[in-house]
Amino acid sequence: MSTSPKKSQVHHPSLPKTPTGIIGLDEITDGGLPKGRPTLICGEAGCGKTLMSLEFLIRGATEFNEPGVFMAFEEKASELTMNVASLDFDLDKLQAQKKIRLDYVHIDRSEIEETGEYNLEGLFIRLGYAIDHIKAKRVVLDTLENLFSGLNNQTILRAELRRLFQWLKEKGVTAIITGEKGEGPALTRQGLEEYVSDCVILLDHRVINQISTRRLRVIKYRGSIHGTNEYPFLIDEEGISVLPITSLKLEKEVSSGRISSGIPAMDKMLGGHGFFKGSSILVSGTAGTGKTSIAAYFANETCKRGDKCIYFAFEESPKQIIRNMHSIDVDLQRHINKGLLQFHASRPTLHGLEMHLVVMYKVIKKFKPDVVVLDPITNLITVGSVSEVKAMLIRLIDFLQEEQITVMFTALTLNNIVNEQTDEGVSSLVDAWILVRDIEFNGERNRGMYIMKSRGMKHSNQVREFIITDKGLDLVEVYLGPEGVLTGSAREAQKLHEQTGEVLRDFAVSSKDRELTRKRKVLEAKISNLQMEFESAEEELNKMYQQEELIKQAALNSRLEITSRRRGEYRDEKGKIND
Amino acid sequence: MTKEKEVKEYELRLYIAGKTAKSVMALANLKKYCEEHLKGQYKIEVIDLLIQPQLAEGDQIFAIPTLVRKVPEPIRKIIGDLSNEEKVLVGLNIRPA
Repeated sequence: MSTSPKKSQVHHPSLPKTPTGIIGLDEITDGGLPKGRPTLICGEAGCGKTLMSLEFLIRGATEFNEPGVFMAFEEKASELTMNVASLDFDLDKLQAQKKIRLDYVHIDRSEIEETGEYNLEGLFIRLGYAIDHIKAKRVVLDTLENLFSGLNNQTILRAELRRLFQWLKEKGVTAIITGEKGEGPALTRQGLEEYVSDCVILLDHRVINQISTRRLRVIKYRGSIHGTNEYPFLIDEEGISVLPITSLKLEKEVSSGRISSGIPAMDKMLGGHGFFKGSSILVSGTAGTGKTSIAAYFANETCKRGDKCIYFAFEESPKQIIRNMHSIDVDLQRHINKGLLQFHASRPTLHGLEMHLVVMYKVIKKFKPDVVVLDPITNLITVGSVSEVKAMLIRLIDFLQEEQITVMFTALTLNNIVNEQTDEGVSSLVDAWILVRDIEFNGERNRGMYIMKSRGMKHSNQVREFIITDKGLDLVEVYLGPEGVLTGSAREAQKLHEQTGEVLRDFAVSSKDRELTRKRKVLEAKISNLQMEFESAEEELNKMYQQEELIKQAALNSRLEITSRRRGEYRDEKGKIND
Repeated sequence: MTKEKEVKEYELRLYIAGKTAKSVMALANLKKYCEEHLKGQYKIEVIDLLIQPQLAEGDQIFAIPTLVRKVPEPIRKIIGDLSNEEKVLVGLNIRPA
């Protein structure tokens, strides 16, 4: 415990770290706070310094078996206990178990008089006693700067603070010191950053357009790599969660598995199998084109397969969506009852963009869905600018792809010029982009759908007519002909027209056929007539030949008879000559 | 008179951490002032926090040396080596400010 940092550095090639246990913070700091050294957490009032440091202690005590001392200069122990009770942390119990020790240092200027030289040995002794008492490995000094408001002698204070940090290092405890943000560029009012040089974390609570976002930034971390960005963080009933989901690398696992969109005709357009698993899909279109219906169909199909789905609704309430989807024969309630589907509805203005992201991140981590639906992302624009929304969605997509979760966004396009759409910024991020648009023609409005892009698969280039009936969604081939692209009733009319034409043509053809048959029959009849004539003539001829032959024969016979009679020969009946 | 004397009974506690120069000086100063101004009506208790560190919390001690006036109420604290007599007397409410 009391090994000096120098010693431990010899044993470990890299800086030893103390995990904070706060969701996300350990990832940003690559393992936690520097072990055995003080860390400064600074920020304005109400930015979450005290809570973060307290959670550091509580997580240490409960998860890493490292007891901690909390020395409060601002709030009384009982107040602190109350404050964190709302976060499900039972400080009283932890104190009873000797895992945490709260020590409230009360400095009241009105009852203190300073005369002559003094030092802060009393504080050291108290802290030392508390540390030894529970064998603490972690220490928090909450708003040490309150000393400055209570005491006049700055020279002594500064010297003593320097000594205090040195002493903490010697004690080998991992300490957090919190400090109020100072004026201008100063991190703290009293320049505490001068003394704590190992690790400095800045918390920030910004209100832009009446919406507040908490952010965290690691300003300095000596001897360690760390994320340098501003990370949003969230305080909820489970404490603090920081969102480190800007993965800088694009080295995600990819799946070549496919999942169906729920609309067979659409799957067919997407190479016959639907979307890639873990891909991101954007469905954009003007108002009332059925984006939510497509999303609900997708969610429904997912749950039918037995996969889990989270539906983030930013426009309608879950009940409203469920009711509306009944009209296209989709029963979402049944999936909710089975625990396969979760709805999370919130107005975009509920909190800032980053906070939405953190909330989604948490919900997704907890529920572990296979599919996530965001309906619609365009509403988020009300809370942030296009570039902010884009940045947020990049992070969300990054995170989801890492988790192999398929995501479908819907986006409202405000005009029909593709290049000016608000979702255009997002379109380069997504893997598949389906566009649903109105085709206004012939006094009616129809829905046309096409696939703008679908990375890594063969996809149809056709515009289909997208129809919504009480039996569900379907895609129909639009009529593409000499008259142009026809949809809706125009398409039906054209079809009918074509059908009539066909019937007429059929009729014409068949009458011609009959005519031909008749002609053939007549011809055949003529042929057979002639043949018969010919036959009778032939027969006549034959008959004559035969007669002639017979006559010839008879003549011959009679001549022979005569001759033989002359010779006195007898001829028997058979004509044989018998001598 | 007796009653007033009881009220004027001073209970003083001096917190020190080892016999450092400052502690020794503070105790010497304190004894001197008490003898001069509160003869017979004071009680001084010296607490060495190196020996009894658990007592630091109770009186909210953070600086050394600290003189605490327990009685009469309200509690007053004077930190430092008590080298400024004027301030100590005012601080202890012995002499009105």
